Amino acid sequence: MYKRIAAGIQAIGHRAIDGIWRLGCAARFFILVLLKSTTSFLRFGLVIREIYFVGVLSLIIILVSGLFVGMVLGLQGYETLQKYGSESAVGTLVALSLVRELGPVMSALLFASRAGSAITAEIGLMKATEQLSAMGMMAVDPVARVVAPRFWAGVISMPLLAALFSVMGVFGGYLVTVVFIGVDEGAFWSSMQNAVDFRYDIVNGVIKSCFFGVAVAAIAVFEGFDAPPTAEGVSGATTRTVVTSALAILGLDFVLTAFMFRGVD
Amino acid sequence: MSEHLIEIKDLAFSYTDRPILKRVNMTMSRGQVIAIMGGSGSGKTTLLRLIGGEVKPSAGHVEVAGQVVHQLSRNELFKLRRKMGMLFQFGALFTDLSVFDNVAFQMREHTNLPESMIRDLVLMKLHAVGLRGASHLMPAELSGGMARRVALARSIALDPLLIMYDEPFTGLDPISLSVIGSLIRRLTDALGMTSIIVTHDVQESLKIVDYVYFLADGAIAAHGTPEEVKGSTMPFVHQFVHGEEDGPVPFHYPAETYRKDLKLEVQFV
Repeated sequence: MYKRIAAGIQAIGHRAIDGIWRLGCAARFFILVLLKSTTSFLRFGLVIREIYFVGVLSLIIILVSGLFVGMVLGLQGYETLQKYGSESAVGTLVALSLVRELGPVMSALLFASRAGSAITAEIGLMKATEQLSAMGMMAVDPVARVVAPRFWAGVISMPLLAALFSVMGVFGGYLVTVVFIGVDEGAFWSSMQNAVDFRYDIVNGVIKSCFFGVAVAAIAVFEGFDAPPTAEGVSGATTRTVVTSALAILGLDFVLTAFMFRGVD
Repeated sequence: MSEHLIEIKDLAFSYTDRPILKRVNMTMSRGQVIAIMGGSGSGKTTLLRLIGGEVKPSAGHVEVAGQVVHQLSRNELFKLRRKMGMLFQFGALFTDLSVFDNVAFQMREHTNLPESMIRDLVLMKLHAVGLRGASHLMPAELSGGMARRVALARSIALDPLLIMYDEPFTGLDPISLSVIGSLIRRLTDALGMTSIIVTHDVQESLKIVDYVYFLADGAIAAHGTPEEVKGSTMPFVHQFVHGEEDGPVPFHYPAETYRKDLKLEVQFV
């Protein structure tokens, strides 16, 4: 009995040490990527090519999701607000929810599952099929040539996608409340204009999405590069990218929100 | 400059406490095709990785073109690697680039040649392996043999001094196998480079190589010219060359006695 408890505690300890070890590896890898980013900026074409794959090809899912989230927000908001006779404030509700929270968070979650998983799978498969070793043997550093451009493409794409998500959301809210339900158009836009502050709401939302972009891109490239070079290894790494990114996004969102919106003007 | 392109002296390598190579000595000259043969897990691929500087030896050293590989800084190693080519087992072509761009990859990364010259050079390299007409295809559209020929064209892109081939004959049909074999010989002669082939394919490689090393348990078990190898009476070489099941290389992986594993109750006295 005593031995089994000791073994259990030992196993927990091992897992904790492994986790910390991996975190250390990820941090070192992140610094390595930053140090080897010169090529990405000197040959920006490499980054633009990746922006197409991770950013442009994610547009459909981001735009459609943004539209529907905005439409649902509009419906739910109108449903509640009209009870108090303040349905004209629905514009404020839609815009603030999107710009502060739903835009950055939802688009980051979608980005992690659409683009983050693709980056991990691509780098992992390149490793499994010895493409990264081949590159190294050709005296080309795979971190500088393959990893860094994908990382920066993710970092650059994320805030742009979040902004588009919010824009589509606001449009969705307008469509449902003004066009379909018939809320006064002037009231919808003017309440939004009065309530949304550029520095306090929009810039903070953009800052959030920048943080999420760094987190998702860093997790995706690390998991891909670290994946065991087997089919099982790559599939496990892809799953880990989505799960870890989602947790990182939600955790970071709380921390950032606590710093940005403390209820004090 | 020394006649030998590669000198391997007392080379040893181990993963933690498991020894892979033990005191290996070899010399390889310019213009030679050398085969390294041995069973699975005998340390052949590790030897290539040590020559390419991917891993560091636990003892001894590898000297390539007068430079001790493991003592080089990262920049010096990358400089040396520009003079080396490596053909991976399944080609390792970059799947997001076309055949043309794969062959042009090193030229674009390491030289400032104008695109028109790169185009001519790439087409010449592809012509040498008979695939000039396939330059627009993507790697996914190629057969196994074609992919390896493209990889061969890619590895000679910068006219290296040395090319290492990791199991170049695995999984090829007889025609592709003989094409790859004769290409290795012809390119080595035409470019005056050194080729090291790690292989299991005894019959195909004995046709094209100048010298053979046999590795067993991390050490050189035998070496000689193809004629010497074919006529060898050494049990290990004989077993390997003729593919015999029984001999110094055991069929069974080390295990407990069969009786113990099957938990047989009967005792013989």
